[in-house]
Amino acid sequence: MGEYIDNPGAVQSLVRPDAVHRDLYIDDELFALEMRHLWRNTWIYVGHDSQVPKAGDYFTTQIGLEPVILVRDPDGGVNVLMNRCAHKGTRLLSAQSGNCGSAIRCPYHGWTYHLNGAIRAIPVRQGYEGTAVMESDAGRGVVRLRHVENYRGFVFARLADEGMGFRDYFGDSLTSIDNMVDRAPAGRLEVAGGVLRYLHNCNWKMFVENLNDAMHPMIAHESSAGTAKAVWESLNMPEDAPKPMVVEQLLPFVSNYRFFDNMGVKIYDNGHSYSGVNFSIHSKYSSIGPYEQAMIDAYGEERAQAILGEVRHNTVYYPSLTIKGAIQSIRVARPLAADKTVLESWTFRLVGAPEELLQRTLTYSRLINAPTSIVGHDDLHCYRSIQEGLAASGNDWVSLHRDYDSAEEGAIAGTYNGLSEVSMRGQFRAWRKFMVPDAGAGG
Amino acid sequence: MNSPKSINAPDPTNAPRLRNLPEPMSAPDLMNAPTPEELVQFVYNEARLIDEKRLDDWYELFAPDALYWMPLTRGQPEGEGHTSLFYEDKLLLKVRIERLKRPQSYSQNQPSFCQHVLQRPEVLSLDIEANEFILRTPFLYAESRLDDQLVLAGVARHHLTRIGEHLRIKLKKIELLNCDAALPSIQLFP
Repeated sequence: MGEYIDNPGAVQSLVRPDAVHRDLYIDDELFALEMRHLWRNTWIYVGHDSQVPKAGDYFTTQIGLEPVILVRDPDGGVNVLMNRCAHKGTRLLSAQSGNCGSAIRCPYHGWTYHLNGAIRAIPVRQGYEGTAVMESDAGRGVVRLRHVENYRGFVFARLADEGMGFRDYFGDSLTSIDNMVDRAPAGRLEVAGGVLRYLHNCNWKMFVENLNDAMHPMIAHESSAGTAKAVWESLNMPEDAPKPMVVEQLLPFVSNYRFFDNMGVKIYDNGHSYSGVNFSIHSKYSSIGPYEQAMIDAYGEERAQAILGEVRHNTVYYPSLTIKGAIQSIRVARPLAADKTVLESWTFRLVGAPEELLQRTLTYSRLINAPTSIVGHDDLHCYRSIQEGLAASGNDWVSLHRDYDSAEEGAIAGTYNGLSEVSMRGQFRAWRKFMVPDAGAGG
Repeated sequence: MNSPKSINAPDPTNAPRLRNLPEPMSAPDLMNAPTPEELVQFVYNEARLIDEKRLDDWYELFAPDALYWMPLTRGQPEGEGHTSLFYEDKLLLKVRIERLKRPQSYSQNQPSFCQHVLQRPEVLSLDIEANEFILRTPFLYAESRLDDQLVLAGVARHHLTRIGEHLRIKLKKIELLNCDAALPSIQLFP
């Protein structure tokens, strides 16, 4: 230990333009530094505002390892508070979600707070007369995060006081969220159908990298999607027979290299990217007639076609959030340790759309993202195998050379062929940028 | 009922299920009615086939429109409109079983094994008229893969029916005690 703490030069040297050091995945000290720097300097997804529709509704989660509360304020906005009593540090709300009424009360000594974190009452307050409590950190109440952005229902927060603004950080990658929300005839989403929480015994970055990794499906998912294809074909259905939803969703995973290369990948600054620039594995889902009509009614023919014609695959909002706009689901990485991550999969109702759309995303999420998923089993098996394989010495570097071009050393933002590892190179470029105290204050 | 290839089959636990069934062709076959002991033995055998990995035989226990369902939340009323851990029709069960036979199933190159430990099934309903027999079976389920072992607890509900000579599963619903936990991979069949 002590190799990387207080040694920023050593941390920076772990990322090369076309490779990263294995310690990024397996070193406990680097994980601690990621929590201290990367996950504080960047904008982390907290939750969706439809999870807390009424005043006092709350949802508890984490930003990095720090416990936070997303709560609906009586004024209609949402606050993000540290889930820590100002007095002795008790986690204030322990349920996953609920309604706390007009105040949050600590279960230990009864300190009570307004929903913006300010102290409302302290039992037997005269005991503090003549003390400095009100001038201390305790007197300021529950810490309320100052840098919170609600972007079309998606609530992000940045813990670091100084840093890059929300719009500068995400830039035009926000068009993926726009497209997902625009797919609702009413122009808004609601979280629906529960959350799948899948415990991964691997580093969080393996999952995030995998989202735009177009070289793995035909290998890692041959057993699941390939079997689905074989079972479907063994039924000898007519060529034009409508495929069950599960077959329609699994089969594209074993598309060939040309398909995934032509899909394309779009890279933004700060680690964000999306695959499926031209089309994606979601492009050929059967149409749901009444939905298209509802979209045309809401937006007009031309705009509706433009929205539905954008069928992006996975968008990465580095480092915490990945979304599938085309089927309105998201996956959130919650890191717990260098080799432990919880992946949450949330699904959304497109407000104003037929319920079949919700059913489609629920089916997809169960098939692909559940702890019981045969697709997920092979993904996680590969991540875990990397976690174990990287313990090997003799080769300290993880290769990211595929389709590397030194021109990336300037501006990396742009559109690339789908099989390129450029999205990962972009992520590690951001990793290096934000793995310093007070990163990105000037952009 | 829907075709076996649809995952959108109505949930057989919903109250109006019997209304949708065709009229019986003849009076209930009282001679062919199962005894409580036969139902209990069926449940024991079903778990044993999984534990012994006789999955093709296990598959045959399911009726054409069967569902193998593990809800994600307690008291989840249905599989539609809410995510589940399993919500498998026979097509998906077939895909799972066939996948396990493939060497490319990398997550099973080091294979998993499982063991059900069942409390004696309780016969909740033995409705000969409706040809539906419901059993409730608290269980422990262990799934191991070399050094890793996962232990789950819960209650299995079997909705059985007589098709010809045989008892068949219309619904196996598995209510996991920790259904809302962040779970690791569950690769076999609780």
